[in-house]
Amino acid sequence: MNINLTLFAQLLSFAVFVWFTMKYIWPPMTKALEERKARIADGLAAAERGVHEKELAQQAALEKLHEAKQQSAEIVSRAEKRAAEIVDEAKDQARAEGERLLTAARAEIDQEANKAREALRTKVAELAVLGAEKILRKEINAEAHKDIVDSLAKQI
Amino acid sequence: MASGDTITSSEYIQHHLTNLTFGRLPDGSWGIAHSAAEAKAMGFWALHLDSLFWSVGLAALFSYFFYKAAQNATAGVPGKLQNFVEMMVDFVEDSVKGSFSGRNPLIAPLALTVFCWVFLMNLMDLVPVDLIPRIAAEIGIGHMKIVPTTDPNITFGLALGVFALIIYYSIKIKGVGGFVHELTGMPFQTENVALKPVFFVINLFLEGVNLIAKPISLSLRLFGNLYAGEMIFILIALMYGSGIVMGLFGGALQFVWAVFHVLVITLQAFIFMTLTIVYLDMAHNEH
Repeated sequence: MNINLTLFAQLLSFAVFVWFTMKYIWPPMTKALEERKARIADGLAAAERGVHEKELAQQAALEKLHEAKQQSAEIVSRAEKRAAEIVDEAKDQARAEGERLLTAARAEIDQEANKAREALRTKVAELAVLGAEKILRKEINAEAHKDIVDSLAKQI
Repeated sequence: MASGDTITSSEYIQHHLTNLTFGRLPDGSWGIAHSAAEAKAMGFWALHLDSLFWSVGLAALFSYFFYKAAQNATAGVPGKLQNFVEMMVDFVEDSVKGSFSGRNPLIAPLALTVFCWVFLMNLMDLVPVDLIPRIAAEIGIGHMKIVPTTDPNITFGLALGVFALIIYYSIKIKGVGGFVHELTGMPFQTENVALKPVFFVINLFLEGVNLIAKPISLSLRLFGNLYAGEMIFILIALMYGSGIVMGLFGGALQFVWAVFHVLVITLQAFIFMTLTIVYLDMAHNEH
């Protein structure tokens, strides 16, 4: 165990190497570590934010979907209502048209019947006159009794 | 054995425990000592060239790699070297945070240097004891101790550095008065004026021992562990000269001891670092 100058040489080199580490090694290393720590923290925060935003977007999409469903249901029900209305209108129109045709037909029938009755009346009168003429030919002159026949025809 | 049958076991051990010493030779000229006795005769004004070479070389090695990593350090994806250095920095920073309560930008770099340096110097213990001295002998260097921490000069040098910092920060933080009070006002306290000088002396003695014990225990613990480990490696190496059975047994022993020593060298480096932090923390705190 020789204690000699080596001790102080070692002390000196110790000081030099500690100084070197303190000046050139430690600060850049800790700086890099701190920076990376900050970067990782930022990244994690961003990821968290992303997850949160995704949740919000999902919620918004769900709401939109819900709204769209409601709207489509509304549209369908409105269309159904309109369709029913159109059908009802068509029915009403058809009924009215039917009735109109019916009345027209009835009026025509009445007219025809009147006409026929008129014709029948005239025919009957003629027949009656004809009959009477045949009877009277034997007994009376047509000219002499013409006003009687006419008044008779009018009465029928 | 390294040098054939011409030397005895004790000579072999002695040879392994002698540093390559540069100093004043008996004839008055300056040069390298040729024997342990000559090295001893050089007294204080001598340098252990081998200890200093390995110690400074290893520190330069670790400084170089760490410097390279620090220069290229990015906050992005780290490379392998940066990863390793970051691991060390993180480990040291955790240790400092755990033991050091104050704020001092010197402590962490100091702890990092101490840990890496002591670890590397201890690591040289795992190199087979005869390998490098044999190579050195081939190129004409008579003595070569490659484990700097088995040289008390080295461990005392480190401990003295720590001790200087303890004194410096004790005075800087507490002032001269505070430091003196710490040395003399505790643990015995009294209001009696007559007793005060007596307690003063007792306290100074107790606290002085306490203070001096710090660097001595720090350096002797490291030195003792590594010296003993080295000694056992040397003794195991002796077995290689005693036939094939002993040689094989020695090889197995060396393997087992080396595996165990991996733990010891790491632990000793860690203890040195932790105690450095703790002592400096004590220097920063009033108690």
